[in-house]
Amino acid sequence: MDIDALTGCLASASCLVTQTTSGLIIGMLLFLVAVGLTLIFGVLKVVNFTHGAFYMFGAYFAMTAYQLTGSFALAMLCGAAGTAVLGLVFERVFMSRVYGANVLMQLLVCYAFVLIFDDIVRFIWGPEFKSMGMPAAFQVAPLFIAGGVVPPYYLLLIGVALAAAVVLGIGLAQTRIGKVVRAAAQNPGMVSALGINTGLIYGGVFALGGMLAGLAGALAAPVRSLTPGMGFSVLIESFIVTVIGGMGSILGALVGALLIGLIRSFGSLGFPLFTEGLMYLFMVIVLVLRPAGLFGREVA
Amino acid sequence: MTEVQAEPAADALRTPRVETKSRHWPYLDILIALAVFLALAVLPLLSGSKALLDFVIRCAAMGLFATSLNLLVGYTGMISFGHGMFFGLGAYGFGLIMQRTGMPVPLAMVVTLAITAVVATIIGAICVRLKEIYFAFVTLAFQMLIHSTILSWSSFTGGDQGLRGGIPRPVFLGIDLSNHVHLYLASCSLLVSGLLAMRQIAQSPFGYTMRMIRDNEMRARFIGIDVWRAKLAIFVLAALFAAIGGIIMALFVSGAYPEFAYWTISGEGIFINMLGGVTTFLGPMVGTVLLLTLNDTVTRLTEYHGIVLGIVILFFAIGLRKGLMDFVVEWYAHRRDGEGGRS
Repeated sequence: MDIDALTGCLASASCLVTQTTSGLIIGMLLFLVAVGLTLIFGVLKVVNFTHGAFYMFGAYFAMTAYQLTGSFALAMLCGAAGTAVLGLVFERVFMSRVYGANVLMQLLVCYAFVLIFDDIVRFIWGPEFKSMGMPAAFQVAPLFIAGGVVPPYYLLLIGVALAAAVVLGIGLAQTRIGKVVRAAAQNPGMVSALGINTGLIYGGVFALGGMLAGLAGALAAPVRSLTPGMGFSVLIESFIVTVIGGMGSILGALVGALLIGLIRSFGSLGFPLFTEGLMYLFMVIVLVLRPAGLFGREVA
Repeated sequence: MTEVQAEPAADALRTPRVETKSRHWPYLDILIALAVFLALAVLPLLSGSKALLDFVIRCAAMGLFATSLNLLVGYTGMISFGHGMFFGLGAYGFGLIMQRTGMPVPLAMVVTLAITAVVATIIGAICVRLKEIYFAFVTLAFQMLIHSTILSWSSFTGGDQGLRGGIPRPVFLGIDLSNHVHLYLASCSLLVSGLLAMRQIAQSPFGYTMRMIRDNEMRARFIGIDVWRAKLAIFVLAALFAAIGGIIMALFVSGAYPEFAYWTISGEGIFINMLGGVTTFLGPMVGTVLLLTLNDTVTRLTEYHGIVLGIVILFFAIGLRKGLMDFVVEWYAHRRDGEGGRS
């Protein structure tokens, strides 16, 4: 434990800015992954344990596209679109077969695919660490805000994630498709009886969730190293985020992700070895006090 | 912002059920246990293969752990994602006691179990209030909390290196656990007596209380069962058997590693239960043998064992849609009924 480092940082503006930015980065990436997880759970009632794999695929797709074309925008697009297609196929071909079965069977199918996806990545891209490298457009001098260092790429990352949150929130609340999705979450039988293809909605939601995770992976590719199994820790953390925020709540995912991001960045100063422990401790406290999460609806 | 969440469905977390059958003969289990133990005991005489004995020891550790998890999952309907913490606790508790105090082995085991019981009671008292998926999450969180504690408290637990330097095993009652055959026999007797004890719990009136809580918690409450206390009791009992599994593992590898307390151990336990099937008492044991055999063969054959293992799991999940023992039992019942109908 190193409480002095933590209090010292809290007293200095530059350190505060640096740590907050890094917390926001972690939080925003987590949000993109967790919001897909929470959407899929909300609509399909499936705890998608393969979600980390979509994050991983997003990063690898983006890296390959960037190496082939040299275009950063195209890399992001490939990461997101590729995982969306993957999500759609995975849901239609495999997950849709176990909706009727119990939760443990769904878990088993997901577990099988975590193993398979990791090995596919190892097979195609090799087991060693890879790195995409920072695109030239962002290789500029960092900004200094109140003495704290903020790389411009971080601002882009936060901006994209925030935009995704706003689009998603408004889309679900205001548009017709959003209403249909919410209706399908409430009562799929009725929605289906009204002549709406619920299979298509399920596939679409899964694709959307996969796309957001893929986008997170693509955005993370320039600043993280890529390895098979990189989705694992992200999965666990976004899982904590959804549980803290409340399964099914988008606002909850945002708040939970930011909280976890800040706990990680400031916790690593004060409790370098127990940072993960802090997250789990926080999760235990939330679950005990509010089992449905901070923004989840109470389940009887 | 908008929420997408359905109304809570009553069957949100359907778990398969353990059949409840009347007993024919009360001593049958004991006889079977004795026969199995004798069969295992003559194995070293028939085969000099050290690998085979190692395999049985690993099966004993994981089998006890998986069967104890089934007491929660299959019998009481409590899906725990954090049962592995007690496996890790058993391994670390026993290893630390042996390394630091030099107690006799049986006493160290008893002390380890006592510590596990205390920890399980505290954690259980918090967890069993929650239901269904929230119970699963909070147990997972506790598991990871313990894992993080092991990693960060490195002066005591050895951190990410684990407990190294071997676990001393002083001879007691003529039993020398550093002797491979002695260790094998000790593991077998722990396995058989552990399974027998769990079988007794499952078949006792308390076992039927567990099934009732699983099937209809409200009704159990109405007829005067203190559900919270019953759930806590089975949580602690299951933790004790998981800890015995951990002790066997610590003796086998002569150490304890953080992976023993990692959530993947819990995942493996759930996975074993699903492979073998949760509706029979021996399902988890069958699942253990299946998974360990599968792991060993596939790892030997190919570098990409994830793909092969994944496809086998898919076969069970999508093809059979149930564990192996469940499938066999259902197939047998179906055949018997079919023949009965014809004659």
